[in-house]
Formats: sequence, C-alpha cells, structure tokens
Amino acid sequence: MPAMKRPLTGPLVGIVLSLIFGGAALAAEIVPPAEVPFDEYGSVETSLTGTPGDPENGRALMNKGAGNCIACHRVTELEELGFLGTIGPVLDGAADRWTEADLRGIVADAKRTFPETMMPSFYKAGGYVRPGDGFTGTAAEGELAPLLAAQEVEDLVAYLMTLHEG
Amino acid sequence: MKTRMLTLAGLLLTGPALADPDDDALVINGEIEIVTEAPAPVHLSDVFDTIYSGWRYRNDETQVMESDDFENPGMLGVEAARDDWVEVAGTEEESCASCHGEPEEMAGVRPVYPKWNEDAGEVRTLEMQINDCRTSRMGAEPWKYAGEDMVDMVALISSVSRGMPVDVATDGPAQSTWEAGRDIYYTRYGRLELACANCHEDNSGNMIRADHLSQGQINGFPTYRLKNAQLNAVQSRFKGCIRDTMAETFEPGSPELVALELYVASRGNGLSVEGPSVRN
Ligand code: HEC
Ligand code: HEC
Repeated sequence: MPAMKRPLTGPLVGIVLSLIFGGAALAAEIVPPAEVPFDEYGSVETSLTGTPGDPENGRALMNKGAGNCIACHRVTELEELGFLGTIGPVLDGAADRWTEADLRGIVADAKRTFPETMMPSFYKAGGYVRPGDGFTGTAAEGELAPLLAAQEVEDLVAYLMTLHEG
Repeated sequence: MKTRMLTLAGLLLTGPALADPDDDALVINGEIEIVTEAPAPVHLSDVFDTIYSGWRYRNDETQVMESDDFENPGMLGVEAARDDWVEVAGTEEESCASCHGEPEEMAGVRPVYPKWNEDAGEVRTLEMQINDCRTSRMGAEPWKYAGEDMVDMVALISSVSRGMPVDVATDGPAQSTWEAGRDIYYTRYGRLELACANCHEDNSGNMIRADHLSQGQINGFPTYRLKNAQLNAVQSRFKGCIRDTMAETFEPGSPELVALELYVASRGNGLSVEGPSVRN
C-alpha cells in the first residue's frame, strides 16, 4: 500500500477530511480573504472553496448569524419571517440581474462593486476601525475571522442564484 | 448611489418606499407644545431640509405615553431626582437647592448643553457640570456618569426646559470639539463598518429589520425605553449604537462621546427639548 506511506497532503487528505467533516471543504483549498481574486468590477469567477454552495443553508443564513441579510433586504420568498429591512434593494430577481461571479463578489465584499455602500464586507481580512469582539463592545483580540466563512459565502451565492423573477 | 446601481444592475428602478415620519403633533399635559419638526440648521442644510424628533418615528401607543406625565414612566426618575435636589450631601452641607433654589430655575439650561466652560477650558455636558457641583461645591462623591442618580437628575433638569428649542453653540472655543464629534459621526466603526450617518442620515425613515430608523436626534434624552424599562442617558445610547456595529465602544464620559454629544445635539438645534421622552 504505497499510497498510505505518502505524507498527508493532496487529494487524499481532501477525501479523508471530507469523510470526517461530512463534506466540509479542505482547509488548504479555501481562498483566504486577503487572496480573493476580485476583478475590476468586484466579481469573483472562481469558488472560494471548490465545494458547491448549499442553497438551503444559504437561505438560513439570510436570517441569522453574521449574515442577517434581511436586516437590510427584502425577499418575497422570505416574507413569512416578518420585519424585513428596507435599506438595501429587494433581492427578488437577483439571479436575473447578476451572474454567479457578481454575486460572489457582492457577498464577499460589496464595496468592490458599490464603492461606499453601507453593505458590510462579509469576507474581508481586517482593516477595520476599532473592531469589537462580536457585539460585546470590547476590543477584538488576535486575528479576526471574516464575518462569514468561505463556504457560507458560497451557500449564500447558491441561494441568491435561486432568486428568479416571476 | 441609485444611479450607480441603475448602471450596474440595469433594472433597479424602485428603491424601497421611504417610510416617512408620521404627522402627529405632541402636546404634553395639554399645555407644553413640543416642536418635533424644524428647518434643518444651516450646517446640515445640504443633508436634510427638515429635522424631526425621534418621537415622530414611534408608533401611536409609544407616542401617547409621552403626552401625559402620568403615563410617562420617565417621570418617576424626575420625581426621584427632586428628592436628591434638596438632599444635603457631602462635606460642605449643601444641596443643589441651596445654590439653585427650585429645579424650575434650571429652565433654559438643558437647551444649551453641551457647552464651553471658560474656567475649565473644556466643553462640558450636563453630567460633567452636575458632577463638578457635587465634587467642588458640595464636597460629595461624583455620581457614576451614566448611573441612575445621574440620569434621573438630567431628566429633572431637562423636564423643566421642555418645549424650549435646543440651541447649542458650535463655534468659538467649542468648534474644535464640535469638529471632533462630526468626524466620529462619519467614521465607519467596527467589523460591520457602519457610521452614525449610514443609519441616521442616509437611511432615516427606513427599516433595519424591525426598527424604524429615526434621524438619531437627542432632544428627547434621557429617554425611557420600553425595551429596557429604564431611563437611558444619551451617551449610553451612543455606546449601544457603536456596539451594534461590532466595534469596541467608547465609555460614557469619554472625550470622544462628549464631542459626539455636542455634534449630535447641534444637528437638533431648533427641535424642542423633550426629555424625559418615551421610546421603544
Ligand atoms: C447594513 C445593510 C446591508 C446588509 C446587512 C446586507 N446588505 Fe446587501 N446591500 C445593501 C445595500 C445598501 C445595497 C445596494 C448597493 C449600493 O449601496 O449601491 C446592497 C446590495 C446587495 C445586492 C445587489 C442588489 C441586487 O441587485 O439585488 C445583493 C445581491 C446583496 N446586497 C446581497 C446581500 C446578502 C446576501 C447579504 C447578507 C450576507 C446582504 N446583502 C447584507 C445593504 C446591506
Ligand atoms: C446599524 C444601524 C445604526 C448605527 C450605525 C447607529 N445607530 Fe443609532 N439607532 C439605531 C436604531 C435601530 C435606533 C432605534 C430607532 C431610532 O430611534 O432611530 C437608534 C437610535 C438612536 C438614537 C435615539 C433616538 C431617539 O429619538 O431616541 C440616537 C440618539 C442614536 N441612535 C444615535 C446614534 C449615533 C450618534 C450613532 C453613531 C455613533 C448611531 N446612532 C449609530 C441604529 C443605528
């Protein structure tokens, strides 16, 4: 079994890890926030993880945790959740207006597509003024994780890609 | 913003409908007329035509509580402060009343604070002035900046100015503090990178989830909030709003929040003093 003697790198680890973590992407394949290849319009062609997004989880993220997109956006399909925000555009038909690459860019760092926008940058490496430790009001310590994990960005993009008009 | 989105998105023709402030009028106890809408002060004229009290963005049930002192839970704090007003405290055997007489003599004070204090060479909030009286004139311990005794006393001093227009000075020796406050107002703090202006200037009238965004005026402070069932100091509110941007906050009484208070107060010049107000 020569393969077993190889150091644990490459595709084998990917398979082993995805067995362990139930399909979670391999750490080494994840594009870190500082290296996301935005094009000049703010779009990102390639997946941040290589693992297809899960639209069901994306839908859940619209309403919870660091995503909380409906604080600012309405989506007719999510209207049952109540009290949707009116700050950003209604997201119905987002998949007709934008490509997957555009949406990945907008979710990862909307300021690349809309300079100065109020929309938070969900996959960005630092550069904040007085970053806090969550919502405690105290200073954050150590290296800051982006607001959303790479796979969560992919899941949201997969959900947004289901939003067709009509 | 809209034009850029149109070019980029092609068909974002309709933004969300702006939920404006309502048209209700506020008269307290059937006699104190409150100006809840006024022409924007000159320094804000390229931002707003009209400034509105936060009262105009609240629902009818919340609004009505402020129109009658017996319905306004904040008035309990005012009553508690009337006791403190006459209580002798500290080494000098003095009370507020021994220097100032009736609390009603404080009418006209709230509208001009924060204010430059020549002797101290600093801009002082009402809280700073109250603690200065306590320590240097009464020989008493200072109150906690945003603690209950202090908030109640500020509510009492505000209550006797209700109906008078906010009129803080932004020029002269106060100008550099005012400018520092303005810089803070437009700084995008925290991991959500949000400035006061993002919510209260660009989006007043809009909903952020279930909250109807007002202009973030402070003429109504201290505010009794139904949410935490207590009177809230203005700088506690600032602290909360900054915390909500996932930021390291500033403490009430810090130079940053004093400067911010002067600046935000000046955005409400012309609205009536309303404190203690009722909000949700
Ligand atoms: C604090 C407010 C805010 C939050 C939170 C927010 N957005 Fe946005 N979003 C905006 C604004 C404002 C715009 C409009 C862009 C501009 O400023 O010109 C926008 C634009 C967009 C667009 C493009 C508009 C279109 O054509 O449909 C998409 C897609 C989008 N956001 C998705 C999301 C997702 C997904 C999340 C959560 C992960 C999110 N937004 C969270 C404010 C927000
Ligand atoms: C993420 C959005 C957001 C940001 C950023 C924000 N606020 Fe607020 N603020 C709110 C909400 C929501 C309320 C409650 C509704 C209302 O009164 O507008 C509020 C309320 C207030 C009030 C109470 C108004 C009243 O009539 O009782 C003041 C004052 C205020 N904010 C000031 C500020 C200042 C100053 C800053 C910046 C340091 C700031 N806010 C930043 C969301 C925000």
